[in-house]
Amino acid sequence: MKPTDTSNPEYFHKVVDCQYGCPAHTDVPAYIRMIAQGQFSDAYMENRKSNVFPGILGRVCDRPCEPACRRGRVEDKPVAICRLKRVAADNRDDITDRLPKPPPQNNGKKVALIGAGCASLTVANDLRPLGYDVTIFEALDTTGGLMRTNIPAFRLPPEVLDEEIGYILDMGVDLKLNHRIDSMKELLDEGYDAVFVGTGAPKGKNLELPGRYDSDRIHIGIEWLESVAFEHIKEIGKRVLIIGVGNTAMDCCRTSLRLGADNVKVMARKPRGFFKASEWELEDAEEENVDIMVNHSPKEFVYEDGKLVGMKFDLMEYNVDENGGIDRGTSTGEVVIPCDDVVLAIGQDNAFPWVERDIGIEFDKWECPVVDEQTMMCARDGVFFGGDSAFGPKNIIWAVEHGHQAAISMHKYCQGEDIRDRLPMGLNLSSQKMGMHEWSYSNDYDGDARTQMRHVDLRERFKDIKIEVELGFDAEQAAQEVERCLNCDIQTVFAAPLCIECDACLDICPVDCLTITKNGDEDDLRTRLKAPAENREQDLYVSDALPQTARVMVKDEDLCVHCGLCAERCPTGAWDMQKSKILIPYAEDEAAGVQPKTAAGGAGK
Amino acid sequence: MTYIAKPKIAHPSLPKNELGLTTRDYEGAVSTLCAGCGHDSVTAALIQAVFELDIEPHMLAKISGIGCSSKTPTYFVSQAHGFNSVHGRMPSVTTGANAANRDMTYIGVSGDGDSLSIGAGQFVHAIRRNLNMCYLIENNGVYGLTKGQFSASADIGSKPKKGMPNQQEPIDPVSTALSLGATYIARSFSGDKEQLVPLIKGAIMHSGFSLVDIISPCVTFNDHEGSTKSYAHTREFYHHVSNIDYIHPSKEIKASYDEGESMPIHLHGGDTIVLRKLNRDYDPTSRADAFKFLRDRFNAGEVITGLLYVNEGRAEMHELMGNTDTPLSQLPYEGLQPGNDELKKLQNRYR
Ligand SMILES: Cc1cc2nc3c(=O)[nH]c(=O)nc-3n(C[C@H](O)[C@H](O)[C@H](O)COP(=O)(O)OP(=O)(O)OC[C@H]3O[C@@H](n4cnc5c(N)ncnc54)[C@H](O)[C@@H]3O)c2cc1C
Ligand SMILES: Cc1ncc(C[n+]2csc(CCOP(=O)(O)OP(=O)(O)O)c2C)c(N)n1
Ligand code: SF4
Ligand code: SF4
Ligand code: SF4
Ligand SMILES: [Mg+2]
Repeated sequence: MKPTDTSNPEYFHKVVDCQYGCPAHTDVPAYIRMIAQGQFSDAYMENRKSNVFPGILGRVCDRPCEPACRRGRVEDKPVAICRLKRVAADNRDDITDRLPKPPPQNNGKKVALIGAGCASLTVANDLRPLGYDVTIFEALDTTGGLMRTNIPAFRLPPEVLDEEIGYILDMGVDLKLNHRIDSMKELLDEGYDAVFVGTGAPKGKNLELPGRYDSDRIHIGIEWLESVAFEHIKEIGKRVLIIGVGNTAMDCCRTSLRLGADNVKVMARKPRGFFKASEWELEDAEEENVDIMVNHSPKEFVYEDGKLVGMKFDLMEYNVDENGGIDRGTSTGEVVIPCDDVVLAIGQDNAFPWVERDIGIEFDKWECPVVDEQTMMCARDGVFFGGDSAFGPKNIIWAVEHGHQAAISMHKYCQGEDIRDRLPMGLNLSSQKMGMHEWSYSNDYDGDARTQMRHVDLRERFKDIKIEVELGFDAEQAAQEVERCLNCDIQTVFAAPLCIECDACLDICPVDCLTITKNGDEDDLRTRLKAPAENREQDLYVSDALPQTARVMVKDEDLCVHCGLCAERCPTGAWDMQKSKILIPYAEDEAAGVQPKTAAGGAGK
Repeated sequence: MTYIAKPKIAHPSLPKNELGLTTRDYEGAVSTLCAGCGHDSVTAALIQAVFELDIEPHMLAKISGIGCSSKTPTYFVSQAHGFNSVHGRMPSVTTGANAANRDMTYIGVSGDGDSLSIGAGQFVHAIRRNLNMCYLIENNGVYGLTKGQFSASADIGSKPKKGMPNQQEPIDPVSTALSLGATYIARSFSGDKEQLVPLIKGAIMHSGFSLVDIISPCVTFNDHEGSTKSYAHTREFYHHVSNIDYIHPSKEIKASYDEGESMPIHLHGGDTIVLRKLNRDYDPTSRADAFKFLRDRFNAGEVITGLLYVNEGRAEMHELMGNTDTPLSQLPYEGLQPGNDELKKLQNRYR
């Protein structure tokens, strides 16, 4: 293999699994160290820079970082990254004077953002400080989009939304509530310099089965949740069936329990392991005694005397192949499950009835707009999409990242620059050595298991739909959980000319990830390491030829716990532990025209 | 040295031996030697060897004298028996232990100072008795622990960090052992585990005295330019003349070997090693040839490594003395102490 080019920021970026897995590239280990040192406001601001809504995301983020977390490969469970984010938000001081501020003078450019969900709000957050005149048009009489209308208050209290959305609106955004855009053409005619569409995927999927329209006790999940949020619906029958087993279904079942239901079943077509819902949402629902019934395929609604009394299901059987794929299944019989209400929670679609089809905006065969994944611009110049409206329903953190990228494009577009000519990612490396055996970070491996979240008592929590179930980590729990982080951004950096091939690093490495051997191609090398490198998603770090024998040092990044023992045992300093800071450009960096800078200092910063 | 303990986590695909243990289970305390010391690599090779041999930790005894090298037993197989004896006295302590329990595996770890100066007499007599043990010399040409004075293995002309080059004739443990009739003699290098691990395995399984002289650089006092025991010097001048493959009893000899270039050697306990000769002129079963070859290559400045001499034909200490197969430690009291009547009979024989 060729020697690894560590000057390419992509290499060390990938080593920081959580940050790499986060769509918005939140610098997780950096903020966890800040929490460890009690610098909660700094941790909050570090989060806010990339993910804009730390208090919200610290509660309800989809957390793609956690399955990516190296700790989950080294032992069982990843670091509770999301919960620690909430620790930063819960314990921060007043940070309002650290927020970005609009300049005294606007820059003369006007942008329109449609929808006041997290995607549009991120665009506003990035463009207001650059002096753009920002107008948000929102159909409802409130902000936040699905975060407010669909994510139940017992998971995400409205005060948290108000506060973090307020930070953005207070920069001087012109918010027009109760202002549905009915014609894109008309809006475009108003002469905005750029337009952003952040209208989400607002249409709940229907289930066209016999009897669908013969009762008013059959609800579409996201519409029903919205009515509950706005207190138009305050109760539900005792026995409720939720159709579907995604995250929406989890919110529907738990909401039902708070509106008077006492027998709630989530009906899944497929077996466990094929559910769309996140593991932790399933856990939370099951803790509340929701039944999750597998292998039930809905067939028809069952009526007696014109009243909905149940639903008929096919009992399914599936074949799972060796790659874990599942077939369409066969029915082995039928069953009727009695109920008073049914909630359909089987997904959402995009819908753009208000976008004319003759104004240069192209749609694909699923009625999704054609959007460039890098620039977020559609086929019509100057019109940008982001969040669920762009590529279908995803989650908040993706909507935020879309917002950041769209903001860069909109800025460049308004300034007449090439929107494809974007600043590249940068990289800063700084040694963390403080003394013979002293590092600026906590390098000792802490074997503690993942800290459990504390919840409001099972009886208490149903008393009011607004009671937030999760209590957050207390100081002790936070102090314990931060130590589980492996500091994957403290990189092992190798200098081949210094190595005397004494093997000290190989021998000390607790996870056997280092090998000195003859070079070869990747497939071959992967089998010849001290422990075989079977996880191909993780790179091999291959050195230049070593001075004494021309062999190479190979590191399998997969399980390195960043303990620094290799660097401590190295007599010549050929290994060093260096903190990598990935420099991610935002609209403000594009506006300044320079690579983003990072605050200098040790790993604690 | 290092302050934090080596974390108790391991690579999930780490192989397991027949006892279900991984190499991590054969570790000891984290080394307090200088970072980069060759001795630590020898420790790693030892761990690998006893792991691969499926040795039960409680059936292993680790004995040493004094020196950085003699600290090695602390750093492998914590659950085994260990004895850190007086300077140069490892062989007599091992002799005593082995006399009491012949069933255990004995690994003695010593240094060039420990074995060739203060302990030279002990070293010599353990060989003469053909004590059944694996004797390792971690040879760095200096007294590391006492800050780098030349030892008896220092080569003529080798430069110290400060002061005059060595002028005295070195004692070569390999030739010494050869002249004394040791039955398994090998040399290797701490930086070459591929060669070292099988040599240690062979040495452990060999019945009788086996010596592995391991060039093990002292990074702190003897790894500079002009030293003949540095990493760089050893790498430049060392040659493999023969390597061995240890054949696990559960496996058959599968690899095909060149006729004449390789020879299977059946060890006493039923194990087999295959010796691969890399130099045609070399006969590792002839003491005279081996001696001449070694002297010639030594005079040419080469460091010859591999299994240099082997003889499975000589009886080890217990066999020589006609001792019982049962370890003395397991004999009942009556068996160990024949009693007054027997003593009287014996005395009568001399009246
Ligand atoms: C039940 C449920 C639970 C969820 N839970 C989570 C979770 O726990 N974590 C997570 O990360 N994600 C979750 N999601 C997904 C997440 O809410 C969305 O991905 C995210 O809100 C998308 O943001 P957005 O800004 O693209 O759109 P939205 O949040 O949908 O906001 C769009 C806004 O645009 C407005 N609008 C629409 N059309 C017009 C128009 N023509 N004119 C003016 N305004 C208009 C809407 O009223 C709305 O306010 C959940 C989704 C659902 C349905
Ligand atoms: C009876 C006695 N004499 C002298 C010493 C001092 N002493 C300690 S270690 C050592 C030499 C060790 O050299 P070596 O065996 O080569 O070990 P190394 O440290 O080089 O590995 C000496 C002379 C001692 N401890 N005890
Ligand atoms: S930091 Fe070094 S010693 Fe520690 S796990 Fe990573 S490679 Fe191994
Ligand atoms: S410890 Fe340092 S000098 Fe020794 S092999 Fe490792 S990198 Fe090379
Ligand atoms: S002084 Fe030399 S022999 Fe002793 S530990 Fe340090 S490097 Fe090893
Ligand atoms: Mg020595």
